[in-house]
Amino acid sequence: MPKLGYLTALTRALSDELARDPDVCVFGEDIRVGVANVTKGLVQRFGPERIVDTPLSEQAFTSFATGAALSGHRPVIEFQIPSLMFLVFEQIANQAHKFSLMTGGQAKVPVTYLVPGSGSRTGWAGQHSDQPYSLFAHVGLKTVVPSSPADAYGLLVSAIRDDDPVVVLTPAASSMSFQSVNLDELAPLPLGVGHVARSGTDVTVVAVGHFVGQAVEVAEELADEVSVEVFDPRTVYPFDWHGLAESVNRTGRLVVIDDSNRFCGLGAEVVAAAAEEMRLVAPPRRITRPDGAVLPFALELDRAAQPHRDQLVTAIQQVCKENR
Amino acid sequence: MPNPPGDPTARPDTDGPETGSPDTDGSDTRRPDAGGPDPVALYRTIRLIRRFEERCVALVKAGEIVGGIHPYIGQEAVAAGVCAALRPDDLITSTHRGHGHVLAKGADPDRMTAELMGRTTGLNKGRGGSMHAADVGLGILGANGIVGAGAPIATGAAWAAVRAGADRVAVSFFGDGAVSQGVVLESFNLASLWRLPVLFVCENNGYSSTATVEDMVAGSIPGRAAAFGIPAATVDGMDAEAVFAATRECVERARQGGGPAFLECRTYRFDAHHTWEHRSFVRYRTQEQVEEGRRRDPMDIQGARIAEEDRARVDDEVEAILDAAVRFARDSPKPDPSEALDFLYATGLRPRAGVTTSA
Repeated sequence: MPKLGYLTALTRALSDELARDPDVCVFGEDIRVGVANVTKGLVQRFGPERIVDTPLSEQAFTSFATGAALSGHRPVIEFQIPSLMFLVFEQIANQAHKFSLMTGGQAKVPVTYLVPGSGSRTGWAGQHSDQPYSLFAHVGLKTVVPSSPADAYGLLVSAIRDDDPVVVLTPAASSMSFQSVNLDELAPLPLGVGHVARSGTDVTVVAVGHFVGQAVEVAEELADEVSVEVFDPRTVYPFDWHGLAESVNRTGRLVVIDDSNRFCGLGAEVVAAAAEEMRLVAPPRRITRPDGAVLPFALELDRAAQPHRDQLVTAIQQVCKENR
Repeated sequence: MPNPPGDPTARPDTDGPETGSPDTDGSDTRRPDAGGPDPVALYRTIRLIRRFEERCVALVKAGEIVGGIHPYIGQEAVAAGVCAALRPDDLITSTHRGHGHVLAKGADPDRMTAELMGRTTGLNKGRGGSMHAADVGLGILGANGIVGAGAPIATGAAWAAVRAGADRVAVSFFGDGAVSQGVVLESFNLASLWRLPVLFVCENNGYSSTATVEDMVAGSIPGRAAAFGIPAATVDGMDAEAVFAATRECVERARQGGGPAFLECRTYRFDAHHTWEHRSFVRYRTQEQVEEGRRRDPMDIQGARIAEEDRARVDDEVEAILDAAVRFARDSPKPDPSEALDFLYATGLRPRAGVTTSA
């Protein structure tokens, strides 16, 4: 089977949707050259009218895409840096997201906001290393964080086809990953539906993005002492509560590994929902960035502020020792 | 001042049978191919907006409109003049002070009133209210609660028009405060760079909330657009015919691929920034200043251009329309609280409620 790279999967998804639907177009900075390695070659195939290099005016071109979407287009915007999402939060959270409700259903804004390389990129420091998926989930944006090349393909295709705005944050730590896949079997994946990446019976680990692969590795390492189930929500929002409950009600134990800041992050929400609505036999644990973290530059400090697989091992062992 | 209104005596006789109020198809005000605007129709639009706003202020005081409004009183000639030069398929984005634009573009006064009163029959089914009134089918992409936010949306809609091979244009209304918003200046750049058919209409009413233009704007307002290579002009925003003429020139050029344009319409806000001022003690302009600003009234300016009997007839018709609109709104149902999350997602996705279902 051929090996599919994570970024190549994103390119393939864009290319397939551009070919399938003439309303799809791409806006962004340096996208004709393809600086982020996702849009390379698209302008040669689809032309500069549909692959539009923009000035460094993130706020304007984000709402520009809203205007195009209100007129029937399905724009994809590529952002080179996750922190740019703070700059365009008004245009996404306060404009695009609110149009459907505020107009009483008259308007839809099918824009996809794609950040290839979200989260820490080693050495890129404070303003290039955010992982803002919890922020978008909090305000209700459909938000996906694909954990593998095949998921990246399937979720990006679904995001583009969705009638609502969708934020697609692909982890920088996944960018160089590869997967053996049958290319003919690549298919859209439904938004809002998670999947069990590894079956187990003793504890459920919720992992997002690049942590899914790490959690599966940890589960294999611990296989002799504990049976770990790894649940990949695929979509951060809307979260697949049904899928999670099915797992947690079986295992009775829960650990979340989440690249958000701790306070009001995805991990907090998952733990709270499980505590309220699911059968837990031991206190849950979450592994996150610190409260309000700003990732420091030096490698040792950057690493210290990010969730780590060793912490996951410890948390799994702790949760499995404890009883309510 | 560019584009002075033509000699009124040279205007073709447009005082024929009224083809309907702006709430129907507004065809009486939309004849870009005719020699000039229909003065009666322009007066009618101004009068409709003026009386609509005065009624809304009363409905706010009576508690029938919650949350208050940003009255458009004094600025009616801008909405009337601009929208009279537009076609039904042209698009607009509006502002927090948007009732005038929405009505002038043809929104139904019944449904507009119902929207402000939070009824299910409202333009937005009671989900938007004063600051978000929209009628997408009429090209009204919404009033907007954030100053300047409509400029890039209109610019993107103009790009879509070009892509579609259509000669429709997009108009973005905003106030003098918006010229200090970065996203507006970024939009000027995109529009000019890509020669998009978008008209930026700055309603300079003298104040961004309580601050004066003199205190808040460096350089000149049209100078900001001109710096991006956009043809920019200042027009008397109290004269609907002058606004119409200037708009028509810009719109015709845009339809032919001539790119964006910018109009600064000098006007004056007769009433409060927001109706909360009626109950607060905010003081930022003297009574003398207000009286000076109100000296030129767009309703009287346009009213003086038409026959007395036409004016009286239009006034009566407008009152009847608004009587019916208020009645329609009052008789319309209020939404069911169980539907608070309807329309949150275009796909119909239902989010979790604010309490756990098992609680």
